[in-house]
Amino acid sequence: MRKYSVFALAREAMRGHTGWQEQWSSPEPRQEYDIIIIGAGGHGLATAYYLAKEHGLTNIAVLEKGWLGGGNTGRNTTIIRSNYLYDESAGLYDHALKLWDGLSQDINYNVMYSARGVMMLSHNVHDVQVAKRHVHANRLNGVDNEWLTPEQAKAFCPPLNISAAARYPVVGAALQRRGGTARHDAVAWGYARAASDRGVHIIQNCEVTNIRRANDGRVSGVETSHGFIGAKKIGVVAAGHSSVVMQMADVRMPLESYPLQALVSEPVKPIFPCVVMSNTVHAYISQSDKGELVIGAGTDQYISYSQTGGLHILTHTLEAICEMFPIFTRMRMLRSWGGIVDVTPDRSPILSKTPVPGLYVNCGWGTGGFKATPGSGHAFAHTIARDEPHPVNAPFTLERFRGGRLIDEAAAAAVAH
Amino acid sequence: MLLIHCPYCEEERPEIEFANAGEAHIARPSDMDGLSDQAFEEFFFIRSNPKGLHYERWRHIHGCARFFNALRDTVTDRFVATYKTGEPKPDIAAEGKDQ
Ligand SMILES: Cc1cc2nc3c(=O)[nH]c(=O)nc-3n(C[C@H](O)[C@H](O)[C@H](O)COP(=O)(O)OP(=O)(O)OC[C@H]3O[C@@H](n4cnc5c(N)ncnc54)[C@H](O)[C@@H]3O)c2cc1C
Ligand SMILES: [Zn+2]
Repeated sequence: MRKYSVFALAREAMRGHTGWQEQWSSPEPRQEYDIIIIGAGGHGLATAYYLAKEHGLTNIAVLEKGWLGGGNTGRNTTIIRSNYLYDESAGLYDHALKLWDGLSQDINYNVMYSARGVMMLSHNVHDVQVAKRHVHANRLNGVDNEWLTPEQAKAFCPPLNISAAARYPVVGAALQRRGGTARHDAVAWGYARAASDRGVHIIQNCEVTNIRRANDGRVSGVETSHGFIGAKKIGVVAAGHSSVVMQMADVRMPLESYPLQALVSEPVKPIFPCVVMSNTVHAYISQSDKGELVIGAGTDQYISYSQTGGLHILTHTLEAICEMFPIFTRMRMLRSWGGIVDVTPDRSPILSKTPVPGLYVNCGWGTGGFKATPGSGHAFAHTIARDEPHPVNAPFTLERFRGGRLIDEAAAAAVAH
Repeated sequence: MLLIHCPYCEEERPEIEFANAGEAHIARPSDMDGLSDQAFEEFFFIRSNPKGLHYERWRHIHGCARFFNALRDTVTDRFVATYKTGEPKPDIAAEGKDQ
């Protein structure tokens, strides 16, 4: 792999950009791999990368039914933060946040991680109590989070309407300064390039249609649109399709898949300096480096694999955005889209071994897994390579729904992104 | 937004009048105390989440306020049938024929 650097850029500028290599190779699948990862989203690609980098395993294929990064990785609003309530969650999400810092250097790819601050608004007494509880819990876990008055919130984000007459008055906010955004496509492409460089096969347009098991119950490989491919271990990282894929190995999952939507405005000059979220009215907003306002909406109320959602969901979010930021009332929206998110009963992910020997699952990230991409891949690689979880993902088992040790961020936050 | 036929009102109404109430035909066990962890998990947490036909409950919350069941395709979001609580599941094979 030729390293990206300012010198490479200068050299290519001199010779008309004729020397750039393909970012990853597209090989024919081998007959068998040590490890097959199902799903080339950010989490699957990161898993493959850390398997190669940290564990020296390179006889790996990542199989993707569409194009890499075409799932939720390429559809999300890219909010990164780690201010979750419970110790287990703080451990997992902060593990990821620490990896975001330095990721561009590590994989030699500019993922545009920007710690511009994530500010979560409180609109009523209940919000204030919940937010302050988060601030204190986070600090005890060494995760930065601070409480702002409405005036401080406005100073941090000038377009914010803090008038007491607003439909959703702002009575305070919690700010995580290390939170921010990153470029979602670059995360998928960067991990793909770095994994491919270490010998990982990335095979796109290859849908897994069945998981085969040997007589002793262990996985033996997958049937795909390219035929059978053998595997000693299989990691399922299929987001909204996780229960469909796990069903292929007869494992029934505690998951439901819902459409989640986002939209972007026409691009404008820099106006919005940070990320603002409101769980109560369910709206979140930031501005991309291209200048578009990036706005996240809610999930539909019914399960669906349609990758579209109801228009009234978007309308509801835009009404809230216009109330909080009256300056945006005349902005035009350019595009909207949906992704299918896999939601667990406690809104915490599952990174776990399964009842099937050799089968591992990384799913349930629901509406908020982009932020965890590096940490998730890192911990899941450990789980697959060692056949035992990394300390940060040890609590996030599949069995917790049987034993009752839930990590109930659902009750803690009502929503989570 | 979906258009949903309420089998009680016998009218097709916009989705915002309705609340989805999850997968249908999951009977609450009568003997909760005696349930094994595995059976409780199955009842409480595990869902079929199919890519395809799904039996689900809806409530016409801003209309007659009654619960009913539906059979919907989760790929197209098209309703195959809605039917009153207590009525048997529609036969998928038969319903699929005239699609
Ligand atoms: C609108 C929206 C906004 C969001 N906003 C945020 C946010 O602001 N912050 C945040 O942290 N998170 C956010 N999320 C959630 C986040 O996008 C996901 O949690 C995360 O991207 C999941 O990554 P992944 O790699 O697991 O999944 P994906 O990127 O979806 O990758 C899974 C891949 O598996 C493939 N696959 C599925 N079935 C098969 C099969 N049978 N064979 C082969 N391949 C298969 C799919 O094609 C897909 O590419 C948002 C999600 C959406 C939809
Ligand atoms: Zn009715």
